[in-house]
Amino acid sequence: MATVELRFSALPEHVRTARLVAAAVARRAGVDEAVLDEVRLAVGEACTRAVGLHQNGGITAPVKVSLIEEEKQFSIEVGDEAPHVVPGDLVPGSGADADVEAEEDEMGLAVISGLVDDVEVSAGEHGGLIRMTWPTTPAATPLA
Amino acid sequence: MDLSLSTRTVGDRTVVEVGGEIDVYTAPKLREQLVELVNDGNFHLVVDMEGVDFLDSTGLGVLVGGLKRVRAHEGSLRLVCNQERILKIFRITGLTKVFPIHTSVDEAVAATD
Repeated sequence: MATVELRFSALPEHVRTARLVAAAVARRAGVDEAVLDEVRLAVGEACTRAVGLHQNGGITAPVKVSLIEEEKQFSIEVGDEAPHVVPGDLVPGSGADADVEAEEDEMGLAVISGLVDDVEVSAGEHGGLIRMTWPTTPAATPLA
Repeated sequence: MDLSLSTRTVGDRTVVEVGGEIDVYTAPKLREQLVELVNDGNFHLVVDMEGVDFLDSTGLGVLVGGLKRVRAHEGSLRLVCNQERILKIFRITGLTKVFPIHTSVDEAVAATD
């Protein structure tokens, strides 16, 4: 089970909450302080993308964020429930709006892949998942 | 923290001072501000990002949109930013080649290239 799991309505105002929670759990898990800014940004991008997919698709289900502490690593999974179509399967003439949304989507993914070395993006007809992993260093002196 | 915006005129430039977090929630406010300035005939903008704590791709999208608008009127959009964590986002997206980025408002206002 995830160390901390978060579900939030697909609304922009909750993305900040997800960023704050993710950064707090990452810090506790032993992710280097210098990398926390990247964790914050990457999880924000992934959640922004999921919120956009849900809103554009009229999906009422929440966005799900799993923060997973493992031995020597910390992972964040952001899951959406938007059915993903393979590029090329897009309906022709879906309009300029669809293009703009696709571009914004790409920009978010570009930022994530530029920030995070270990990232997996998977998508299927029942939704997509972005998994990002960072190394951790165990706390030197645990509190008694 | 929410987004704060204030504008002032310096010569023929309009300086937009931005503070707080620019993300998917707050970026529409920045977009509105830039659109309003351009609609009112301000085509030479300097966006001062020194007070920005957080910027994501939504914010980048708004800045690129602003740049497109001012360019349609042969204007300019310059950024002021010295924060490494913000500059990094412009770097990894290749946008350092798109925006002139200055170290101070004075430098941005004086720039003419």
